[in-house]
Amino acid sequence: MVELKVPGSYVPTGLPGSSRERSSLRNVTLPPMSSSPEFRRFQGTDRYLINEALQAAVNCALALERPLLVKGEPGTGKTLLAEAIAEALGMKLLTWHVKSTTRAQDGLYVYDTVQRLYDSRFNDGDVRDIKRYIKLGPLGEAFAADQRVVLLIDEVDKADLEFPNDLLHELDRMRFRITETNEDISARERPVVLITSNNEKELPDAFLRRCVFHFIDFPEQELMRRIVAVHHPKLEQSLVDQALKIFYELRNLTRLRKRPSTSELVDWLAVLTSSGVSHLTLDETLPFVGALLKREQDIQAFSEQFAKGRRSRA
Amino acid sequence: MFLGFFYELRRRKVPVGTGEAIALARALESGLHESALDGFYHVARSLLVHSEAHLDAFDQAFLAHFKGIEEQGQALADELLAWLKEAKEHPGNLTPEELAMLEQFDAARLLEMFEERQREQKARHDGGNTWIGTAGTSPFGNQGRAAREGVRVGGAGGQKSALQIADARRYETYRDDVVLDTRQLGVALRKLRAFTREGAFEELDLEGTIEQTARNGGELEVVVRPPRRSNTRVLLLMDVGGSMTPYASLVSRLFSAASKSTHFKELRTHYFHNCVYGKLFETHRMDDGIPVHQLLSECNRGYKLILVGDALMAPYELVSSWGYSLGGGDNPPGIAWLMQLKEHFEKSVWLNPEPRQTWRGNTIQTISQIFDMFPLTLDGLGEAVQHLTRGTARRGPVRSR
Repeated sequence: MVELKVPGSYVPTGLPGSSRERSSLRNVTLPPMSSSPEFRRFQGTDRYLINEALQAAVNCALALERPLLVKGEPGTGKTLLAEAIAEALGMKLLTWHVKSTTRAQDGLYVYDTVQRLYDSRFNDGDVRDIKRYIKLGPLGEAFAADQRVVLLIDEVDKADLEFPNDLLHELDRMRFRITETNEDISARERPVVLITSNNEKELPDAFLRRCVFHFIDFPEQELMRRIVAVHHPKLEQSLVDQALKIFYELRNLTRLRKRPSTSELVDWLAVLTSSGVSHLTLDETLPFVGALLKREQDIQAFSEQFAKGRRSRA
Repeated sequence: MFLGFFYELRRRKVPVGTGEAIALARALESGLHESALDGFYHVARSLLVHSEAHLDAFDQAFLAHFKGIEEQGQALADELLAWLKEAKEHPGNLTPEELAMLEQFDAARLLEMFEERQREQKARHDGGNTWIGTAGTSPFGNQGRAAREGVRVGGAGGQKSALQIADARRYETYRDDVVLDTRQLGVALRKLRAFTREGAFEELDLEGTIEQTARNGGELEVVVRPPRRSNTRVLLLMDVGGSMTPYASLVSRLFSAASKSTHFKELRTHYFHNCVYGKLFETHRMDDGIPVHQLLSECNRGYKLILVGDALMAPYELVSSWGYSLGGGDNPPGIAWLMQLKEHFEKSVWLNPEPRQTWRGNTIQTISQIFDMFPLTLDGLGEAVQHLTRGTARRGPVRSR
């Protein structure tokens, strides 16, 4: 165990000289585990940097084959994590965007009765074959897949309160029955299930107990610097320094209702570079504040704080 | 080894049980923690904590339980103390003020220094220290550290040890037993909604369509129905002024959460002072009174009644017929008004901003025998909402934990 040289932290990328180290770390072969089957560890990707805590959570979910529930401020990359896992482990990604009207059944399969009725009415196709009218949902597809896939159940809190409860059995056993055809769909390879929540509703305890949980912290300056470097590798260091300083100062502004997040910073920097801004000061002339602050009150609060009542031009 | 930690967690109300213990054991068996305390911290946290509300309690339990293990590195700690002393004995160009500052270092700063020192030590002695050798359980296993050293850009980001992270208590704001912001109150209130089908027929009823079509001999007949909508009506009565003044901002946060919530079919809010006597008011300045009986005739018993108040008053204000000089003489006592409200509505709760410990031996106790009372915290609000949605109408004594 002591020889196991798996890095305990994210492997920084986008920094000079680090790619070689990264690949050498990737190629480490793990000694066989005592009893559990071997699994591939997730260490983030070139485009998605993670910290120790998130890495531990993802690897727990992979090893224990349990769903990973990710919460955190909007814009901290919850959804992108699924893409990163799929990319890093070379698996296909299936996405299930949950909406307020989504039912658990929709994820398993939908029986298109109306189509069948129409077909029977107009003698189109073989209506005796019910299978033709069974359409697998994302969860059903993930179970039926030949290879292990990554399944993202995005914004699970958008759906009805009972939604997670209706999925308990299916996520536990990774199998379900199509009652119309009496067919059992069971996962050959348990999919890697990632569930994101924006905390709009609380999830039931029974559901939470079955998940590995991770709360994405807001990145600290150092990690943020790396994240920025990944997205804008050619940016001038001085501009990044100024932008980060202003960004964190804005986040500390207690009057804000929606604090700017990572994705807003990345967007803001994109606008700044494309318009050729090279120098930033935190006052009313701060360019493109609208990319950082999205609420009317926040922009007002900002201009009151930094421009003594004058409206900012953004 | 970690069973004691489990009981520590349970003591701090983190709900962990056998399932979590087995999951953690399996994770440790697969070596996910990389034989280091830092790794153990992250693995344990992701498996044992199911909500950010418990992260702070987890951190505290972790600190309490593993502080001792850290102290096994006593040798180094002594060295650290010696180092600190040395700095004091050879002040160089330190002014007396700076010396004073040096002595003011709090525990957190000391721990940080300790950590820094520890890192330095490893670089110099290359893990030669005996206590680092006991890598199996020692908090100072060096997996990954060496790999990180070379590519570190600087600063402390990402380099914090488990105990330091735990000590930072970054999740304190997510605790659910402290009162939180409007949005979180709104999330709690949201659970109050209940769906019924009412209004315009604009949703396809598939089952109905199939049935009608079958009855129709296969001729397609589309059946529509009204969509599911929330049917919850809420009556919010708030105590203002007097002893409630310290809680004004809290109550206004609850009010704004409730009024912003789009999940109620109707929300009525009224104010009272101290106790309900005959009239309720439209504004907190006690304007535009509406008699209680009129309000009751306007609101059917299906409304969910939420009273907010400290329920603290002089006993005579509650039980005497001249408790509050309003309308004069022949008024029923406050308690009678409260009981009338209680009896009219099927579901009601009283939210009290006073801490639970103070609920005995005063008018709070009396009122809590009429209304089911919950503390005005996120936790309490959650319980109250649960009570409103599925609770049985029960007159319980003061609940105390």
